[in-house]
Amino acid sequence: MGGNRLCLLRKLPCWRGSAEMAEQSSFQNSIIYLDGVTVDYDGFKALNNLTFMVDYKELRVVIGPNGAGKTTLLDVICGKTKAASGRVVFGRDVDLKGKHEDEIVALGIGRKFQAPSVYGFLSVWENLDLSLKRSSKGVFATLFGKSTADERVRIEKNLETIGLKDYAHTRAGSLSHGQKQWLEIGMVILQDPSLLLVDEPVAGMTDEETEQTGQLLQSLAEKQAIIVIEHDMEFVRQIARVVTVLHEGTVICEGSVEKVQADDRVREIYLGRQKVAH
Amino acid sequence: MSDGTADKNRSGGMAFWAVGAILLVVMPLLNILPPEDSWFHLSDFSLNRFGKFLAFGILALGLDLIWGYTGILSLGQGVFFGLGAYCMGMHLMLTIGKESVYGTEMPDFMVWNQVKELPLFWKPFYSFPVAVIGSILVPMAFALVFGFFAFRSRIKGVYFAIITQALALVAWLVFNRNDTNLGGTNGLTDFKQVIGYRLSEPSTQLVLYIITVLCLGASYLFCQWIIRSRAGRVLVAVRDSEKRVVFSGYTPANYKLFVFVVAAALAGLAGMLYAPQVGIITPAQIGVLPSLEMVIWVAVGGRASLAGAVLGAVSVNYGRSVLTNYFPELWPFILGGLFVLVVLLFPDGLIGMMRKAKSLLSRSKPDGGKPVVPAEKAAVLEGKR
Ligand SMILES: Nc1ncnc2c1ncn2[C@@H]1O[C@H](COP(=O)(O)OP(=O)(O)O)[C@@H](O)[C@H]1O
Ligand SMILES: [Mg+2]
Repeated sequence: MGGNRLCLLRKLPCWRGSAEMAEQSSFQNSIIYLDGVTVDYDGFKALNNLTFMVDYKELRVVIGPNGAGKTTLLDVICGKTKAASGRVVFGRDVDLKGKHEDEIVALGIGRKFQAPSVYGFLSVWENLDLSLKRSSKGVFATLFGKSTADERVRIEKNLETIGLKDYAHTRAGSLSHGQKQWLEIGMVILQDPSLLLVDEPVAGMTDEETEQTGQLLQSLAEKQAIIVIEHDMEFVRQIARVVTVLHEGTVICEGSVEKVQADDRVREIYLGRQKVAH
Repeated sequence: MSDGTADKNRSGGMAFWAVGAILLVVMPLLNILPPEDSWFHLSDFSLNRFGKFLAFGILALGLDLIWGYTGILSLGQGVFFGLGAYCMGMHLMLTIGKESVYGTEMPDFMVWNQVKELPLFWKPFYSFPVAVIGSILVPMAFALVFGFFAFRSRIKGVYFAIITQALALVAWLVFNRNDTNLGGTNGLTDFKQVIGYRLSEPSTQLVLYIITVLCLGASYLFCQWIIRSRAGRVLVAVRDSEKRVVFSGYTPANYKLFVFVVAAALAGLAGMLYAPQVGIITPAQIGVLPSLEMVIWVAVGGRASLAGAVLGAVSVNYGRSVLTNYFPELWPFILGGLFVLVVLLFPDGLIGMMRKAKSLLSRSKPDGGKPVVPAEKAAVLEGKR
């Protein structure tokens, strides 16, 4: 505990112990590595010299109070927001800096947004079909391209996974909030990303839907790395192996749920507030 | 797929051929067969006027692709229409030859403006094929360059509407000038013939009408093919949520550029067909106001429906030609009022009203009014999708 305190005071990320961490996951085998990243919104640092890494096939949960910079963290990874300084490395050596969003998608990073964002005027099937990973997503490829039997099977399987089998030809706009969240998760899955970024997936879901979402994410984590942002501590406890706590744009603690919950500073800034709110 | 999409496609296909047969066979026959004083006779004037409306329908298809389906409001379609019309118009001017008022090879307005020699850019237009191909390629090339810069700089929404309107204004100014050698305010007119056929002959106009119908049909099928392809769904997705499209791995700017260029090509084709049928093209047809009117055609007909776009172009222009006979100065107000009315009360336009009426009618029938498709036929239809 004393060690933790020390690194907190020095505003350093608080791993299980820095030496231990260095052995466990050098960025050589991380799928995503943020090195001293700062995002500056007109002088306000949404991310402040943030260092963060996630291993292959890891399911990582990021928590933190509102405005901590969680969404910004995902924005920086997927290219929506540019870092003022620092490095963002994907896989072994792909520098994401200066890459466009669509290039980053093509590299294998999928994103589910905080507010469900699906194509309301298209059917559920069409939403999934557009998301499916394909060798080319250029104008002429999509003009002349035909769906293969294999692709149709994948979409059908996906429909089952996300529980929207009976809604294949329903307009996505007329789905319930929870169903839209699921559809968007399905869309991201079909992109076949090696890193999945999921921003508050269970917001507005019933308890049962929340639990199913948790199971889905866990089963996905067998094949790909996932970063999940979540507020719901119940949900975090259900799925989390390693939790990262973000506050004011920096990592203040990282470790198992128990460890994070036992951390004084975390209690103070996050869990305490939650308790007050509840 | 039990949502009846296959049925809908089939009845849509039947409507296409039915309308095609009326436009292509019935209308010309009504023009040729009944005696002139007969009730059924369709006058040369009416047929010719209708041909003009159908040419506008081609333009409306393109505008519907970009505005109705992709959600990009272009207020500059008149420019592409004008480029097409002027390309054909220049050819028609050059084939007037010695029949001109001054009896020179040079177009009259150049003689009047004391231009000594035919400007270089006019020369290719001696050739009919160059004029035909040019009236489609020139607008496409313009749209490609303009769109490339606009979409690359991520100009969107109202800003795109404004810069396309500025484009229309600039084009209008340029075409109005005498020193651009395009006939100034008076435009290009007094055409006599096209590839040897006299434009004053009803038979020539009949053939032009038929060509227009065929071009409209082909354009319709072409647009339908785009809409039904995966690219068509990307266009709708861009309209729905452009941000999401990027994260599905597409580059929206490329799709926008594509649809902008296609719309320009269709506008150019419309202009090409317009010039010989109407016999005159002036800057007044290509500026800010005509471009706005084109948007109103599509709004009235029904956005995001190809049939609606054509219907809107034909009906608004028909209304215009009737009403301007009686109250010419009121037309802008009527048009503006119509636009407001449609936007507020009938966002899906005429086609939306027709669909509503149809669904009300079919609901009163016990079987829902759907044609009964035999099982094996339905399977075939589904397999095609
Ligand atoms: N585009 C922006 N411009 C200015 N400030 C922003 C912008 N986006 C986010 N912020 C600010 O950055 C901070 C972090 O935001 P965000 O990453 O969305 O937090 P959260 O952890 O709740 O997801 C917030 O204080 C927010 O107000
Ligand atoms: Mg957020």
